[in-house]
Amino acid sequence: MSALRPDLAVIAANVAPGSRVLDVGCGDGALMAALRDRHGVDARGLEIEPENVAAAVARGLSVIQGDADTDLADYPDASFDYAILSQTLQTTHRPDRVLDHLLRIGRRGFVSFPNFAHWRVRLSLLWGGRMPVTRLLPLAWYETPNIHHVTIDDFRALLRERGITVEGAWFLNGDKATSAAAANFRAEHAVFLLRR
Amino acid sequence: MSEDARFGLDRRVTLPGPLALDGGGMLAPVEIAYETYGSLDADRANAILICHALTGDQHVASAHPITGKPGWWARMVGPGKPIDPTRHFIVCANVLGSCMGSSGPASLGTDGKPLGMAFPVITIRDMVRAQALLLDHLGVDRLRAVVGGSMGGMQALSWPATFPARVEAAVVIASTARHSAQNIAFHEVGRQAIMADPNWRGGAYYGKKPPASGLAVARMAAHITYLSEAGLTEKFGRKLQGRDAKTFGFDADFQVESYLRHQGLSFTDRFDANSYLYITRAMDYFDLAEEHGGRLADAFRNTRTRFCLVSFDTDWLYPTTESRSIVHALNAAGAAVSFVELKSPFGHDAFLLDVPELNRVVDGFLRTGER
Repeated sequence: MSALRPDLAVIAANVAPGSRVLDVGCGDGALMAALRDRHGVDARGLEIEPENVAAAVARGLSVIQGDADTDLADYPDASFDYAILSQTLQTTHRPDRVLDHLLRIGRRGFVSFPNFAHWRVRLSLLWGGRMPVTRLLPLAWYETPNIHHVTIDDFRALLRERGITVEGAWFLNGDKATSAAAANFRAEHAVFLLRR
Repeated sequence: MSEDARFGLDRRVTLPGPLALDGGGMLAPVEIAYETYGSLDADRANAILICHALTGDQHVASAHPITGKPGWWARMVGPGKPIDPTRHFIVCANVLGSCMGSSGPASLGTDGKPLGMAFPVITIRDMVRAQALLLDHLGVDRLRAVVGGSMGGMQALSWPATFPARVEAAVVIASTARHSAQNIAFHEVGRQAIMADPNWRGGAYYGKKPPASGLAVARMAAHITYLSEAGLTEKFGRKLQGRDAKTFGFDADFQVESYLRHQGLSFTDRFDANSYLYITRAMDYFDLAEEHGGRLADAFRNTRTRFCLVSFDTDWLYPTTESRSIVHALNAAGAAVSFVELKSPFGHDAFLLDVPELNRVVDGFLRTGER
């Protein structure tokens, strides 16, 4: 079984076995398949790219083609134990509304995103004066799907503003953990476990 | 199993019925023409029912007896295909109301004459109930899957709503949970063309000249709805048929006219006009939500059936929005559902044509139930 992306591995390790999970922006279903096969999770997915949906269905997963910005409204309240948004928040038109839906549909929500305040990004902007192209943000500004870049501190502020409870947070540099205190500077990406 | 006369190609059975119809009448006996491929495994768990579309038939993977053409879904059904007789016991039956051997308007009444318009108006759910009678006869209690495109998809949706305990999975391709005003309108054009043909004679034309002109026009109008505008343009554009200049007459100057005329005429060799009336009526009456108090989600309440829906981006007959509303209802019912809109230039007809992605999706979905 292939290794999961580090943020997905964190999520997989922290989902209660046997629970019901909605993976929003599930890609080709790598996380869903791992949750199903290793943790007996009943996983459902939402994915915008038809090729990814076809790949996920072909591996036996229940995935619906759709857009997080418009189609989450169709899901009933509290219909899942967890709703997961991995590396998708920054690609949506209205991340705040998507987050609201996430925590309405799931009793708990996992959110992971690349940290735009990582020191490499800061250096690139400061010294290069150009939008950063890094390992986690590999595409140029005109072709990146990431239309709402967000930093860990931005996200923390949004959570405070909306009164959302943080049940867990993981900050990663590659596949290594980094401390919460220095996370906004040192972490390449972040994973939050949230509830209303 | 090969000696069992119930199984194999080109089978017919007359079941005593009576079959209670949605319209209030009773149908007895119930004749069903069908084919089976592959064999039922020891625990009778590998049956797949394939439902055909409006003008389809039971010859899903065998040559058509009149046209000699290969089975209408040989791309999907066969050894090494997603629906595979080496793994599955495959059943495909001619729908009620049709003209390939199942009870329909051409069936004989007690007086020995064709029923014509005395045949009762039937519904999609009546077709499904007749299929259930056939499965009882074949000793199949549970379906591993029911699969269909277009009107076949309506049956595939109706199956788990009507017999929730008998269906493990449903594959619904290029279909809808209800006929729209536009769908009904196109069908009405076809029916009026048939009924306006003087040879129709109120449906009592059997043994006489059939209303071929009317049926051909009905087919021409319907055929346009099966293709995409871009597909028609790419295939025909404004190209002329076997001439260098317009004739300033009403001959088939354009290739697209010639093509449609051919489609219309060749259709009349293999299809009965009255069956066309009855089956289009059944499709127009189809509204799965209406059968369940107006809420589509209630049709699937507590369902344990897995669903896979596929639409095509150029299908304007049953567009993606129709599939999405079904997905929405299935989500609300908590069903396990997959949905994908595939790209294809072929319009509604894509489900019958070469779309490799469709085979990949159906194959993966069906194999999940076999793990």
